[in-house]
Amino acid sequence: MGSHTVSTTVERRALAVVLVVLVAGLVFFTIRFAGRMPEAISPIGQEIDSLFRFLLTVTGVIVIAAHLYLAAVLWRFGDERAQAPIVRRQWPWVLVPIGLLFLADITFDHKSNKIWGKVFGTPPADAFTVEVTGEQFAWAIRYPGKDGKFGKTDLRNITDDNPLGLDRNDPAGKDDIFFPAGQGELHIPVNRPVLFLIKSKDVLHSFCIPWVRLKMDAVPGMTTKLWFTPSKEGQYEFTCAELCGLGHYKMRGILIVESSDKLEEWLSQQPTAADLIP
Amino acid sequence: MGIGHSKVAIAPLWRRLLRFSTDHKEIGLQYFFTAWLMALVGGVLAFLIRLHLGWPDKPIPFLGRLFPHGAEGNVLKPEFYLALVTMHGTIMVFFFQTAILLGGFGNFLIPLQIGARDMAFPFLNGLSYWVFLLSCVVMIAGFLVEGGAAAAGWTAYPPLSSIQEAVPGSGLGQTLWLLAMALFIVSSLMGSLNYITTILNMRTKGMTMTRLPMTIWSLLLSAVLGLLAFPVLTAGAILLLLDRHFGTSFFTPTVFVGGKLIPREGGNPILWQHFFWFLGHPEVYILVLPPLGFVADIVATFARRPFFGYRIAIGAALILAFLSCIVWGHHMFVSGMNPYLAMPFSLLTILVSVPFGTILLCIAGTLWGGKFRVTTPFLFSLGFLSLVTTGGVGGLFLGTASTDLYLHDTYFVVGHFHTIMASSVLYGIFAATYYWYPKMFGRKMSERLGKWHFWLTFIATYLTFVPMHYLGMGGMMRRIYSPLDYEFLAGLQPINVLISGAAFVLMAAQFLFVVNFFWSMRRGEIASENPWEATTLEWQVPSPPPHGNWGRDLPVVYRGPYDLGPIAPKGDFLPQTAP
Repeated sequence: MGSHTVSTTVERRALAVVLVVLVAGLVFFTIRFAGRMPEAISPIGQEIDSLFRFLLTVTGVIVIAAHLYLAAVLWRFGDERAQAPIVRRQWPWVLVPIGLLFLADITFDHKSNKIWGKVFGTPPADAFTVEVTGEQFAWAIRYPGKDGKFGKTDLRNITDDNPLGLDRNDPAGKDDIFFPAGQGELHIPVNRPVLFLIKSKDVLHSFCIPWVRLKMDAVPGMTTKLWFTPSKEGQYEFTCAELCGLGHYKMRGILIVESSDKLEEWLSQQPTAADLIP
Repeated sequence: MGIGHSKVAIAPLWRRLLRFSTDHKEIGLQYFFTAWLMALVGGVLAFLIRLHLGWPDKPIPFLGRLFPHGAEGNVLKPEFYLALVTMHGTIMVFFFQTAILLGGFGNFLIPLQIGARDMAFPFLNGLSYWVFLLSCVVMIAGFLVEGGAAAAGWTAYPPLSSIQEAVPGSGLGQTLWLLAMALFIVSSLMGSLNYITTILNMRTKGMTMTRLPMTIWSLLLSAVLGLLAFPVLTAGAILLLLDRHFGTSFFTPTVFVGGKLIPREGGNPILWQHFFWFLGHPEVYILVLPPLGFVADIVATFARRPFFGYRIAIGAALILAFLSCIVWGHHMFVSGMNPYLAMPFSLLTILVSVPFGTILLCIAGTLWGGKFRVTTPFLFSLGFLSLVTTGGVGGLFLGTASTDLYLHDTYFVVGHFHTIMASSVLYGIFAATYYWYPKMFGRKMSERLGKWHFWLTFIATYLTFVPMHYLGMGGMMRRIYSPLDYEFLAGLQPINVLISGAAFVLMAAQFLFVVNFFWSMRRGEIASENPWEATTLEWQVPSPPPHGNWGRDLPVVYRGPYDLGPIAPKGDFLPQTAP
């Protein structure tokens, strides 16, 4: 009836070869770039990485198997001789691979839940606490000071010299140490749990530290939380991961992980709220 | 089986496209052409985005002349960049893919494949198209107003989208965006209602539910999802408009923007995210289901094999559709919603892979032992299978809550949904276009051009979208105007250049499709009723089918849609109408 019944063996087999080359390339480059992720600087980050690698392995097997199957079918079948009989009992052919996929899913979920529980479990009572507040387009930073308590804030109190809207009548706020948006570095101690209280003044932001593999949205009207234990000293970048307007790409901050001693010394040198807004 | 027994005159194409029609095929073509036009618009936006991201700090000579406001000094302004990103996403997801799959192919194919003369509500159907066209005009009008088009992302998260001062595009542009979305949803509801009613009530004699081709099943489920999910966003859009213009506080708490206090009380931005993703996630399956159905049928036809596991695949599609409605929270793992909620959402999300994988296995099983006819629609179907697997597994990383902590809002997400939603769905659309083109226009598209189109597109697709996953693994955030300010992203810039180069090849390859499409309309090989030797009903009528589709009597169906190859009692295939 038509010219399309003419054998197209060359084309079929070319596609089979391309699919094999393609999947080989996928495996090669994925392994290469998985090895180039920013270094994980906290135990929780390392756990997330190991889950990531587990997922890569399992899904890698799926992608390889699927492409090899396609390639094999394209290579082998195509003329009368190669036709296979119709499979009447179809469900076992579906059930076995799908059963394996189901088991893989349950394993992902189980491993993920263990990590999730740690990330969102109650932070230790002795955690070092710091507040970050997103605004267009920088992060403000606040430490609770010697009393370990943050003073109350309210957006209605905001003035030029009181950018976080600290309540001047709240005694807990007198020793707070704050840096207006974009004007300070975020210092945290190494090997001690650090709890971040995350806020926003205007639109959604997301407090994101690629090196610990964590992020959490900053939502106006709410305080969200994130905690982890940094395990490596150094200077890192943190970012905003949620679209927040035209300066979104510039919302970069510097995170400094240092020894507790150094941190205490640095904190003691900073002016308090009582000094800045009497 | 011959050509030329259609004596009914068909009006010229331009007239059929411009009149208010109640004929499902004309409405289908109206949707089809409008949606492709919107794809062109979305593609131009993508071109500008990639041009900028490849070289964010370099002036591009002609940009300033083209966009005196958006690209002063030949470099895109951040606000213009965000408008491009927002409009590209919105246009491609809703105004191209949704419109062409349900409006275009749904309209054209449903009555033909079930043996009806038209839709259940032909007037509603015509109205649906014209409301859709209006929504396209309103959406694009955003580019012409002060402040430019909406720039809060295709997800339009408040308060960025609810407070006019928050971003330039949050002025009239955002209002037009919301109105256009509301109109689009109204149009889509009229369509969905029609498709569901038609499929359930207007099947011809003998066309039982279990004799429907996979195409119809997938369109049916897609329409049901649309009907359930879309109205929620309409409600959300109206509430957001109230927040913007009438001082309400559904999604907007007290905020301090641009140096002044905006005293709203009690609103919660996360509520919008629930509204949006309650639509937004089923939307992904509204888009992915029809291509699965198309590819199932196309693969069966060109492998000359009965579809493997028809009932298994339908069962899986039902489960998939159901699951897709209860997984929206995986977009919100780090939104500040209760972390306990993430656990069921995460589990349900990764379990989507089970019914999804089942359908893919059924398509893969169909290939086993095939007698392949390597045509362009078949090649695009194979490309679909490859991309849907590669893109699909990416979803496991994002659905697993703990890995999403790192990958959320990075280019991994962009790469993932461009591989599975943008590319594989697009491949389904290409396969369907090459496959049903003869039925639409009476001629076949050129195979030679079609195959060039496939090979270039296939290779460029992988080179464009897989490296985006690597950017995400490196930590690059999505929707950033430039990564160059970050030390940890500086090393990734060569990947951005590669992606842009590959994307340009990908876009250039689409000209082959455009040329083929219009060239074949006049010069293509004349198609018989059934050029692919397929079994389903649309191939039993002339190409293109006359008004009313069938002659004096409706066809009677005696068998399922897959009596192909070895199981056809005699010959190579038996049409559904063979007694």
